[in-house]
Amino acid sequence: MEPVVHLRDAVALLGRFPALAGINLDVARGEVVLLRGPNGAGKTTVLRVCAGLVPVVRGEATVLGHDLRHDVRPVRRRVGLLGHATGLFDDLTVADNVTFWGRAYRATPADIDAALDLVGLSGRLRDVGVARLSAGQRRRTSLACLLARRPELWLLDEPHAGLDHDARDLLDGLVRQAADQGATVLLSSHELERAEALADRVVTLDGGMAGRVEPGVVPTEAAKAPATTLTGVPDVA
Amino acid sequence: MWRDASLIAGRDLRVEARSRVTLNQVAPFALLVLILFAFALDPDGPILERATPGLYWVTVLFSALLAIARSAALDETDGVRDALRLSALDPAGVFVGKAAAVAAELAALEVLLGVGVIILYGADPASLGLLLATCLAATVAVASTGTLYGALVSGLRVRETLLPLLLLPVLAPVLIAATRAFESALGGDPARGWPWCGLLATFAVLYSVAGALAYGTLLEGS
Amino acid sequence: MTATTPAGTASGTSATPTSTTSGGGLAGGRPSPGGTPGPAHTGSAATRVLGLLALVAVGVLVLYGLVISPADREMADSVRIMYVHVPAATLLYVGCFITTVASGLWLWKRTPGWDALAESGAEVGLVFSIVTLFSGSLWGRPTWGTYWVWDARLTSTAVLTALLIGYLALRRLDLDPDARSTRAAVLGLLLVPNVIVVNRSVEWWRSIHQDSTLARLDPTIEGDMLVALMVGFLAMALVFTWLLVHRFRVAWLEQQADRVDLDAALLARRAEAADAEPAPGSAATAGFDPPAGSAPTVPTDAAGAGGPSTGADPTDEKGTPT
Repeated sequence: MEPVVHLRDAVALLGRFPALAGINLDVARGEVVLLRGPNGAGKTTVLRVCAGLVPVVRGEATVLGHDLRHDVRPVRRRVGLLGHATGLFDDLTVADNVTFWGRAYRATPADIDAALDLVGLSGRLRDVGVARLSAGQRRRTSLACLLARRPELWLLDEPHAGLDHDARDLLDGLVRQAADQGATVLLSSHELERAEALADRVVTLDGGMAGRVEPGVVPTEAAKAPATTLTGVPDVA
Repeated sequence: MWRDASLIAGRDLRVEARSRVTLNQVAPFALLVLILFAFALDPDGPILERATPGLYWVTVLFSALLAIARSAALDETDGVRDALRLSALDPAGVFVGKAAAVAAELAALEVLLGVGVIILYGADPASLGLLLATCLAATVAVASTGTLYGALVSGLRVRETLLPLLLLPVLAPVLIAATRAFESALGGDPARGWPWCGLLATFAVLYSVAGALAYGTLLEGS
Repeated sequence: MTATTPAGTASGTSATPTSTTSGGGLAGGRPSPGGTPGPAHTGSAATRVLGLLALVAVGVLVLYGLVISPADREMADSVRIMYVHVPAATLLYVGCFITTVASGLWLWKRTPGWDALAESGAEVGLVFSIVTLFSGSLWGRPTWGTYWVWDARLTSTAVLTALLIGYLALRRLDLDPDARSTRAAVLGLLLVPNVIVVNRSVEWWRSIHQDSTLARLDPTIEGDMLVALMVGFLAMALVFTWLLVHRFRVAWLEQQADRVDLDAALLARRAEAADAEPAPGSAATAGFDPPAGSAPTVPTDAAGAGGPSTGADPTDEKGTPT
């Protein structure tokens, strides 16, 4: 089967700086792949390249069947990016934010409600202004915005950062469930132990390159059991 | 595109409704400027009365700078810009929505200032039709131009000082035309004012189109 | 804005003219009008001739303007300023036109030369707008007794000066060069439409209040005075062109200095890898030949390097104790 992500000797520029200097990466559908490496290695850039936000100037780059060097727009609608910045509007409530971004991504109201439910923000916190939330709750709101669009490819940039233990378990459970349902997940993290348990494979980046692929940690039983009961999320694929 | 525009406009107006910055800060600022002009120009003489149309529109322009800066700040953070690019929203729709929200805020401000000017300066609003048409055209012109230029300076450290420098010379014709139209309306000779209103409408159309076309490039390229 | 010699920057980077075989330049490789890419200074045979002609023309202008042509019936000697003022105003519009067209072409083609041209057009235009304002002010003093009048041309020139200052301020921002050029290009594209709208509205406005004597900024010109005006146009046009060529070259050289040879940058980037092993079969280095003598020292033996991962044995990482 055609890989969801296929990068071969890909070079990507941030302005004039070659953030990626030759990336080789293949991710199959349903895989969970962890990107790790020192700061500045290019992990965030790989995720943004796969989202279609950063241009690739050399090499091959195909995501979800679309050639990134020629037409990135179709890719953008099919991926979900959870980055460092929240992309939330502080003056609006949780529900307002998820509804806005959901509608911007052409999600149905049912998807929006389900997303809020999945991250545990459909109760009292739903109508709280984002400015008054904790960092972890904001991250969960951003996650809900991602879930609402039901992407085929999840791009998570250090998703565990700022989350408490329960929220991290929640996230891991959602990732596992998404992968089981056919979504593909590419994440970067400095939380190596937790992330390696979550991932099927680990890829190491350094100096903008990744060529070596190591088989990842065999998932333990603890990682496989979902942290919360996840009610019927429709198939992503 | 219209669907996206209404989504964005709704969001911008909802932010305003929750934060109430235009209501609580920009409107008092505008009234304060009117009062300052009265201090500067001696309300006992004829100067203030003659200068009313110009002072009104200068106040609107200064207030517009604040409203536009707020509108641009909503979409300038990295997270929001990325998310906008990833979404299915048409950039032209985003532009129209933002401009529409700014226009709505400015329109409310203009009504408030109109009342202020009648009370504080003793203006006499004859020829209401011309006044309203001028306000409409000028508001759209200022809002669409401002939204485009707001996008030009969005995300920059120097945006607070660069926006007035870029926007005010461009809006000079709007000031000229709106003031002349108001002078005609308040002076009881509306026939001379309608051509100026026409100029405003042309300006508004030009910048609405320009902004809709350019917004996508700016969203991607910067 | 001088024709300085940015030799230090031009030759100090890896984008020296001799390494044109790299084929990896990020910008399009258009040679400068001087002929060879990356000249040491912005002068050339062409500009020397141009400069000489401009100098001669200005000399002729001075002769004609101050000596040969007669004083105007109404305005006496102050009409002589017209021979500079009117051409300067015209060339100001030419500069704006150049900026707008070049901005549009940059947005379309993305060749850096257009970006440099847009910047040059605006800057030279600003020089001429200041000349226009200054000469108009000088003319106003003996004619009307004040240094400034709100006549249509002066007023719209003042607004235009503000527009140009704003454009140049945007160009000087500390941003990624492509982002900066994009924003400047959108602004530049709007320059001519703004100029047209400002001109129309200011003229219309002033025409309401002007009576005929005040509107006499352009007196009837004939005979020797017409010749003087034509010489004025010629001289100003030559000066404009000379300034534009030099300014363009300076901008072009600045861009050359900023240009990064992609392969060299890739080398440097890859060298950041702490445990770089030049794996022979690795596709990451396939097709890449380090230029002789400039290859970074890549440690082939990571045993003592203590890099974050020593690679070959995955069990090391799995077994990391908590």
